[in-house]
Amino acid sequence: MATNGYGRLIKDGLWNNNQALVALLGLCPLLAVTNSAVNGLGLGLATLVVITLSNATVSLIRNWVRPEVRLPVFVLVIASFVTAVELSMNAWFYELYKILGIFIPLIVTNCAIIGRAEAFASKNPLGRSLVDGLAMGIGFTLVLTVLGAVREIIGLGTIFAQADLMFGDIASGLKVSLSEDFKGMLLAILPPGAFIGLGFMISIKNIIDKRLASSRKAAAATAAEPEPTAV
Amino acid sequence: MIKHPITLAGIVLFLFAVAGVGLVALVHQQTEARIIANERQALLDQLNALVPAHTIDNDIVSDVITVSAPDRLGGKETQVHLGRKAGKPVAAVFTSIVPDGYSGPIKLLVAVRIDGSLGGVRVISHKETPGLGDKVEERKSDWIFGFENRSLQDPLPAKWKVKKDGGVFDQFTGATITPRSIVLAVKNTLIYFRDRGESLFQ
Repeated sequence: MATNGYGRLIKDGLWNNNQALVALLGLCPLLAVTNSAVNGLGLGLATLVVITLSNATVSLIRNWVRPEVRLPVFVLVIASFVTAVELSMNAWFYELYKILGIFIPLIVTNCAIIGRAEAFASKNPLGRSLVDGLAMGIGFTLVLTVLGAVREIIGLGTIFAQADLMFGDIASGLKVSLSEDFKGMLLAILPPGAFIGLGFMISIKNIIDKRLASSRKAAAATAAEPEPTAV
Repeated sequence: MIKHPITLAGIVLFLFAVAGVGLVALVHQQTEARIIANERQALLDQLNALVPAHTIDNDIVSDVITVSAPDRLGGKETQVHLGRKAGKPVAAVFTSIVPDGYSGPIKLLVAVRIDGSLGGVRVISHKETPGLGDKVEERKSDWIFGFENRSLQDPLPAKWKVKKDGGVFDQFTGATITPRSIVLAVKNTLIYFRDRGESLFQ
């Protein structure tokens, strides 16, 4: 794999070690808020901000926090950032804040964040921790947004409804109604729809991984070339 | 110097607690005014949708009284926003609660004009089933607008029911309980207003 360290981190965050699809962390907010694409994107971005800030901070302080108190310190750091993000969203994205409600403070309990702090940021320098946080956060956001979009399409027949809550009035045109008389399949936006949707996403990822692995094996067997360039 | 590692650890933890509280305090200070303004504006927008701004000249957000009539208005205590023009009563907006929604209480805003007709009704919060009972939201269907200009004379109290029960208001396919309980709560609010009327404005 001809990737430098950062490339590998990004690939891990987005795909190989995706916190939602592979590590299955942070499922509570993931399943609860993804009944529309905008909700998923909103919580995803809030999580992205927190995980990046917390990774950076934990990395900076990693040499002077004693092991006995490192977990309480990490929790403190994360909780402070979450509260700051919550207040900021309340101030600048009030409507979206009202919809996401309780799930913003609950970002504190998202295991993905303390997981990255403990497993990665506390052992790596600032640059790598920042990239790791960003990549993990973007990976998580993508899963939330895609799951939200799929559930919204199936459940309500629209996509990116209420985008104006996040991006202002210019974005209200983003909403696409797929069909006027499609009333939606209720199951998709109810809680079971979240589990079923996530299950499909995980299985699709696994199928793709398997395909990639077998085609790589086939390529390695037929030609003696070092590696396929496509990843 | 400090001998015990645990003391050092404690100090480190303490410093982080101070830093964390400091950060939160700073952000709080920066956002507080804006958050209060947001909440106020959101309430004002809701109230103005029911009592148009040009029909009143007082500060309807702050001109609020608390009444207690659990059997008519649902909650233990109910906030009533009062709209006036030139000191004369124009409309009262009740934060009524529907105690018997399909899955828990439903919070309403019910605006009653001084002549006893409805300025409108809005659902503020509810836990009804998505896709069925949540059609009471203004974003999901226009059912809630059906209350506008209704009063206890239109229809008469005996007809303040959903169609299924012999009344005039629509129900939804698959969800009768939600509309039925909201219709009843709005009717009760109107009865309360008829009984109290202008005395609310004193």
